[in-house]
Amino acid sequence: MATSAYFESGNVPRVRSGFIDRLRGGDEIAYLLTLASSIAILVIVGLIVFELWINSQPTIKTFGWNFLVSSKWDPNGDKFGALPFIYGTCVTSALALLIAIPLGIAAAIFLSEMAPPKLSSLLTFLIELLAAVPSVIYGLLGIFVLAPIIKAYVVPPLVNAFGFLPIFQGDFFGVSFLSAGVVLSIMIVPFIISVSREVLLAVPIEQREAALAVGATKWETTWQIVLPNARTGIIGSIFLALARALGETMAVTMVIGNTPKITASLLSPGYSIAAVIANEFAEASGSLYISSLIFLGLVLFGLTIIINAAARVLISTTAERSA
Amino acid sequence: MDLRVSRARKATNAVMLGLSGLCTILVIGVLFFILGYLLWHGGKSLTPSFFTKLPKPSGETGGGMANAIVGSGKVLLLATSIGVPIGFLAGVFLAEFSGRAFAFTIRYVVDLLNGVPSIVVGIVAYALVVRPMKHFSAVAGGVALGIMMIPIAVRTTEEFLRAVPNSLREGAMALGATRAKTIFTVVVPAAISGLISGMMLNLARVAGETAPLLFTALGNMFWSHGWLQPIATLPVMVYNYAIAPEEDLHQQAWAAGFVLLSLVLAINLTARMIIARGAASSRR
Amino acid sequence: MKLAYLALASVATLPLTAQTQLTGAGATFPAPIYQKWFNKYASSSNVQINYQPIGSGGGIRGVNESTVDFGASDMPLNAKALQAFKDKHGFDLLMFPTVLGAAVPSYNVSGVTQPLKFTPEALAGIYLGKITMWNAPEIKSANPGVNLPNEKIVVVHRSDGSGTTFCWTDYLAKVSSEWASKVGKPNASVDWPAGIGGKGNDGVAGFIKQQPGAIGYVELIYAVKNNLPFGVVKNSAGQFVKADLNSVGAAAASTTDIPANFAVSITNAAGKTAYPISTYTWLLVPSKIDDANKRNAIRGFLKWAITTGQNEVEALQYARLPKAVVAAEEKQIAKIQ
Repeated sequence: MATSAYFESGNVPRVRSGFIDRLRGGDEIAYLLTLASSIAILVIVGLIVFELWINSQPTIKTFGWNFLVSSKWDPNGDKFGALPFIYGTCVTSALALLIAIPLGIAAAIFLSEMAPPKLSSLLTFLIELLAAVPSVIYGLLGIFVLAPIIKAYVVPPLVNAFGFLPIFQGDFFGVSFLSAGVVLSIMIVPFIISVSREVLLAVPIEQREAALAVGATKWETTWQIVLPNARTGIIGSIFLALARALGETMAVTMVIGNTPKITASLLSPGYSIAAVIANEFAEASGSLYISSLIFLGLVLFGLTIIINAAARVLISTTAERSA
Repeated sequence: MDLRVSRARKATNAVMLGLSGLCTILVIGVLFFILGYLLWHGGKSLTPSFFTKLPKPSGETGGGMANAIVGSGKVLLLATSIGVPIGFLAGVFLAEFSGRAFAFTIRYVVDLLNGVPSIVVGIVAYALVVRPMKHFSAVAGGVALGIMMIPIAVRTTEEFLRAVPNSLREGAMALGATRAKTIFTVVVPAAISGLISGMMLNLARVAGETAPLLFTALGNMFWSHGWLQPIATLPVMVYNYAIAPEEDLHQQAWAAGFVLLSLVLAINLTARMIIARGAASSRR
Repeated sequence: MKLAYLALASVATLPLTAQTQLTGAGATFPAPIYQKWFNKYASSSNVQINYQPIGSGGGIRGVNESTVDFGASDMPLNAKALQAFKDKHGFDLLMFPTVLGAAVPSYNVSGVTQPLKFTPEALAGIYLGKITMWNAPEIKSANPGVNLPNEKIVVVHRSDGSGTTFCWTDYLAKVSSEWASKVGKPNASVDWPAGIGGKGNDGVAGFIKQQPGAIGYVELIYAVKNNLPFGVVKNSAGQFVKADLNSVGAAAASTTDIPANFAVSITNAAGKTAYPISTYTWLLVPSKIDDANKRNAIRGFLKWAITTGQNEVEALQYARLPKAVVAAEEKQIAKIQ
């Protein structure tokens, strides 16, 4: 990956010629054009950060760090706090991971260790197609299919069995942290499966053969040899999925209930950072209100960058180690 | 590790392997139930007028989304003509020209851009395009989606160009071609099927994006003339109609979801087939 | 792919007849009549007006940032906001009442067939989160003989900035001192003591439909066209009144003291037949429009809307503008330069 570009690597003897000649040959033009595009990307990202930063100044100046820990969201009184949205984003993402991690890793193990290669690549192909389904379509299905199913078949047994826990108390309206978490889990499972499978496949076959040769069962080989070797990479895939869950907007907006409240119960409606921006950004009037929404965008941006960076580091460490 | 295969160990082996198989079936089952439901329900709701008529005012039945279908096409065309050239050229730069340190910076920033949540891109496009131009417009939507296309365009280009064997470059240079000529008449054509399919996957990825369009392209009840008017798009229509109370609009939302998904999956399948064929022919 | 692009590009640039396209955005409350109007007006003139119901807050914001040609709001702008607009732009923001509407308490309660009666106290109690059951005494006492179930009340409100919310909270603040002190001034969005949020009148109606035990406030037409039951509300004269063309019209008729900028609240209006949660809805138009085509288009449309257009409104459950208001508005149209 980190090999340097062909024309910089010393493979090519540099022929001395005048600037005009090179320009005529197109080299300088090509170089400048591609360089300009690269710089344009830097500029775009710079602009994104700059716009978010400059436009969130009113909120930062008014509330400071209190903004992040205040739970009051009152556009009427010009009081804004991000906590209910941060809470909602964290709860739904955590719930999604809780569901998606065991399922995703188990499926990745099946695909990499057990399924015949042809079946494995077919199933992986299908799963990867599902990662391409637009989020608004997951939202559509969430409203009309999943939420009713959860309401009819999932919540009653949950409440019966675990109703004493605060997380399963209160009324269930269909729209809730729980529904949002479930929809998110379905959306991120393909990521976990496809990245984890690749990481597992990257573990050298010799290690498996060695374990099997000394009499370990298939499962013991997988659990004690292959998984530990792939651990960092799998954690990386989880981080990638997490980054996607945090920033997911439409599907969550459609099933979370849009209520800026912090409640312990997963059955209650809530709100997430991305959802509040989607709902309120176009109609927020009042500069502090708009600025608060943009600051929320900055917070979300920061969160996803940290998580993404962590994921890349983890995945590349595994790749390098197994290489 | 106790290496004698006891009965307990055998049982654990069977149970755990069985469980992982079961999980796979469960995941795939749920996913396909969902898709099947959409295709069945959406396909059922599809009528010819969906493709030919404009949306009816609220309360009247019938109507279609002809303007949103064309609108999505226009916004995606704009997005492609912004995102692909910038991404492609930057990818060429990374693969063919740049030095290590600078390439590292660019790659890092491209990763950063790839991680920006789509709703945040929407905010920025609003601040950079809508507010100064004083209009919600197709252009604003196209800029938002175009920015989202850049990272994948860069990575695809860089990876496929790097996969082109250096012997091709050396051959061209030996014949006296300049670097630019080598790159654009030898290297890029050698990677072209990969590049095209990569860009198609990229397009499919943003085709369903809704969040960045909410406050850039906005929406339109009529045909949107030119590029500076607000414009209707399929994903936004799915969203608006899904949260509406009317059963008639729900049907239209399903139909729009069906069309959108078919489009995305069709592009995906075509692109993957091109890649697979390319891989097969290079192996031969 | 290239071919497809070419085809698309040619569709996009087809030489269409010289049409003026205007963009408006804002309130969802009058959206059904606006969409009907704009559709009708487009077929009888060369003016296409694209209206996007994104909420009154969005309409005010849009016109303030000049991202739309006009805004729409169910919430009158106060003098301070109008002055701020003038300071920023150097010209006025004009408010044009277009129709009258009503916010109705709509619900999803099993086994209730006749319209429920709501006292102001009951509505305030429900929205304060103090009345939580459908068979609570405050609701029961107003509805003798109705078999109210022992069911939890699910309060639904708007999640977006909304003039319907303004009208609703304006009413609650007028009739309940507890509401006024706890939640404060009426506004497009408030810090709700209870409930879940739906986006737009559509979103709220959708929730009510899907959620047993739900109560929410929607514009009358949204309840009617979705077959949602809605309650009658006790007005300031002590009468239980159903929201309809007559009762909303009566609320407007009993409010004769209208300021020059048309910023008037008609909630809790006097009069035996007046429906208490009624409101005007306004178009927000800048007094200076540089593009002559657009200026003429807007003036033409406004003139049409307050005269010919009024014939369309009753079919959609909105009440006509009082004659005096129409006359005053015609004078204001001339101020658009």
